[in-house]
Amino acid sequence: MDRRLTKGNIALAEGAIQAHCRYYFGYPITPQNDIPEYLSRNLPKVGGVFIPAESEIASINMVMGAAASGKRAMTSSSGPGISLMQEALSYMAGSDIPCVVVNIMRSGPGLGGIAPTQGDYSQAVHGGGHGDYHSIVLAPASVQEMFDLTIKAFELADTYRNPAMIIADAMIGQFQEPCRLTPREPVVVPDKPWALTGCKGRAPQLLKSLYLADGEQEAHNLVMKQKYDIIRDREVMYETRHLEDAELMIVAFGTPARIAKTAIENLRARGIRAGLLRPISLFPFPVHQVHDFSIRIKKILVVEMNTGQMLRDVQISAHRDSRIFFYGRPGGGVPYPDDIEAQVVAALEEA
Amino acid sequence: MNRIFQRPASLLDRPTHFCPGCTHGIAHRLIAEAIDELGIRERTIGIPGVGCCVFLYHYFPIDVLEAPHGRAPACATGMKRAQPDKIIFAYQGDGDMAAIGTSEVIHAANRGENVTVFYINNSVYGMTGGQMAPTTLLGQQTTTSPYGRDFKSEGYPIRMAEMLATLEGVCYSTRVALHTPRHVNQARKAVIKALEMQNAEMGFSVVEMLSTCNTNWRVTPLEAIDMIENEMIPYYPLGVFKERTGKDFL
Amino acid sequence: MYGDVIMGGFGGQGIQVISQLVVEAAIRKGLEVTYLPSYGVEKRGGRTTVTVVLSDHEIGSPITNHPLCVIAMDVLALDKYQAMVAPGGSLIANTSLIPDEKIERGDISAITIRCNEEALSLGTAKVANMIALGAFLERSPILGFDDIERVMGDVFPERLHAKIPLNLKALIRGMEIAAAVPV
Repeated sequence: MDRRLTKGNIALAEGAIQAHCRYYFGYPITPQNDIPEYLSRNLPKVGGVFIPAESEIASINMVMGAAASGKRAMTSSSGPGISLMQEALSYMAGSDIPCVVVNIMRSGPGLGGIAPTQGDYSQAVHGGGHGDYHSIVLAPASVQEMFDLTIKAFELADTYRNPAMIIADAMIGQFQEPCRLTPREPVVVPDKPWALTGCKGRAPQLLKSLYLADGEQEAHNLVMKQKYDIIRDREVMYETRHLEDAELMIVAFGTPARIAKTAIENLRARGIRAGLLRPISLFPFPVHQVHDFSIRIKKILVVEMNTGQMLRDVQISAHRDSRIFFYGRPGGGVPYPDDIEAQVVAALEEA
Repeated sequence: MNRIFQRPASLLDRPTHFCPGCTHGIAHRLIAEAIDELGIRERTIGIPGVGCCVFLYHYFPIDVLEAPHGRAPACATGMKRAQPDKIIFAYQGDGDMAAIGTSEVIHAANRGENVTVFYINNSVYGMTGGQMAPTTLLGQQTTTSPYGRDFKSEGYPIRMAEMLATLEGVCYSTRVALHTPRHVNQARKAVIKALEMQNAEMGFSVVEMLSTCNTNWRVTPLEAIDMIENEMIPYYPLGVFKERTGKDFL
Repeated sequence: MYGDVIMGGFGGQGIQVISQLVVEAAIRKGLEVTYLPSYGVEKRGGRTTVTVVLSDHEIGSPITNHPLCVIAMDVLALDKYQAMVAPGGSLIANTSLIPDEKIERGDISAITIRCNEEALSLGTAKVANMIALGAFLERSPILGFDDIERVMGDVFPERLHAKIPLNLKALIRGMEIAAAVPV
């Protein structure tokens, strides 16, 4: 298979094109500008539409309009822009409109910085917008996954008629690796009989999120809950490394998971048996997997580039007897393998 | 026997949620008539904003997307780009389009998106109980301008039709009123023209309709009609502010 | 088989080119590679820093704080990365722009080359980067001259293809100088 050196953001953008996304709307923000720049060049070549929108609010609402038409549509941004999109994300979740939103995270709060960070985990996984909803959230940890998971995000969004997010730190967006830029399997775009295409030959259709009548909204929320339960059942994605004999399990996603892999190899060379569980889907979170491994592996080290966001999900998932340690580097701090190794050693030394 | 008056096919036979005296219903009817006249019902998609206008789908037998507050022109942009062969209209109140959604409407207009916005200006936030809007007249009392709108604090009422007319992407910008049969007739022509121009792919069209909100104005329906004539029209003059004659893009 | 290198200098010194050559050569050999350039504000002020990791296994971390090799093309890069070089690793320092007394580490193999002058002696200062790359190749157990030569035509734009022989000459010169330095 032909693999080409590719930047993470470019792999993601090409993944969108390969996923038959033909509608992209976006507003510039570092560190994701490669995505709109690439798509502004390449979408017109495949008959697609690129609009440099006036704001992230406009971007996501344009996505909503194109997606409501039954088309695959996407936008990308970073923290401040993603915050502006939360209103429409909530509307789309409430209206069962699929879309893909990419967050190449920058540090915050506020304008923050552009160094790699994972400070938007909670926003992506536990809400962000108002109301009782979930976005499907995927976290690539390689350039190849930037490509593959973008295609997967479109598939999941369409399957469940739900917004899907990709969250990646700036390292994953900006670094380069050899990447296969063709889909692993043929991309199939499902029929969307619910789409608003004009009511020729059928009854008029409606996409809305307003439910005012007695009990209507509650019933709608419960239907959404059923959908989320199915997603939790079927769509968990994760990777493990050396958990068979591990005496400590690192849980990390994105860049920290990559760095943890090197740390684990170094530790094992010193006879220290650490392993890794890397959630690839953050919603649905690998709740049962964390739990099951934690029955045998008593010590867990959560490593994140924030002050402890996924940590909560690990705490909820892990066996009640687990000892959970946390190593967080917020605000653009990136751990070296050494740093993680030291944390593992310290955790194993604790009684 | 010739039938000379009937409910348009594009308007469903059901009582509206609008207050007695409100002219939203007239605007709905005019749009339905225009859709019938142009024969475009099966390829028309409506995008209501938030507020009294949101229940568009209760009354029109067409596909409808409910947009977030103020964002209908952005949703319409995405939808029209995805389906250039469809007729896409947004239906927004003044709280929706002239306040929270100014950015979206200005830039959709400036890009010359080939969509139509029907803009109902009744000078208050109707659905939420009559709060002051950017369109509220000077001196007008509302639930949040209890002493009357004061330009020193709240600035001046915003004239959207004139402002949008300055943008190159706009092919048609007009202001009409809905308070007398004569005005309704003029409004009817404007609605048809706007949709025709979209059909001819001429760019962004907007029809501002001065509308009554007697409930929140705390007056009778008849007094509300007088207020349109004596208070709104003097500040919000009727007329065509821009009208392209062809696809005269720069 | 594992190797990593941090290359640092200022824009125009050709760090992008030599790092691209390394990466392409490694990919051509079927190796795994990560390539992490500086981006955003790091680029402001004209700094260029690249971290390249090569391996015949899956690569975990794309960053390292004890690289097996550092190529410092100017004094700022030396100041930042000299202390990081793994004990026993190599430091390739462009002493055209770095005072010799700045090379302080005794536990690494320091290859000091006046890259600019060496390049000028071949006809143009533009191949200073290739002198440094040659030194890197001499020390690399993973990549050799042939590997770089093979990908030059792909990495160099068409208009520069006529310059390839000169660049190869510079590579060889860098290798010769490094070969004379004790490991």
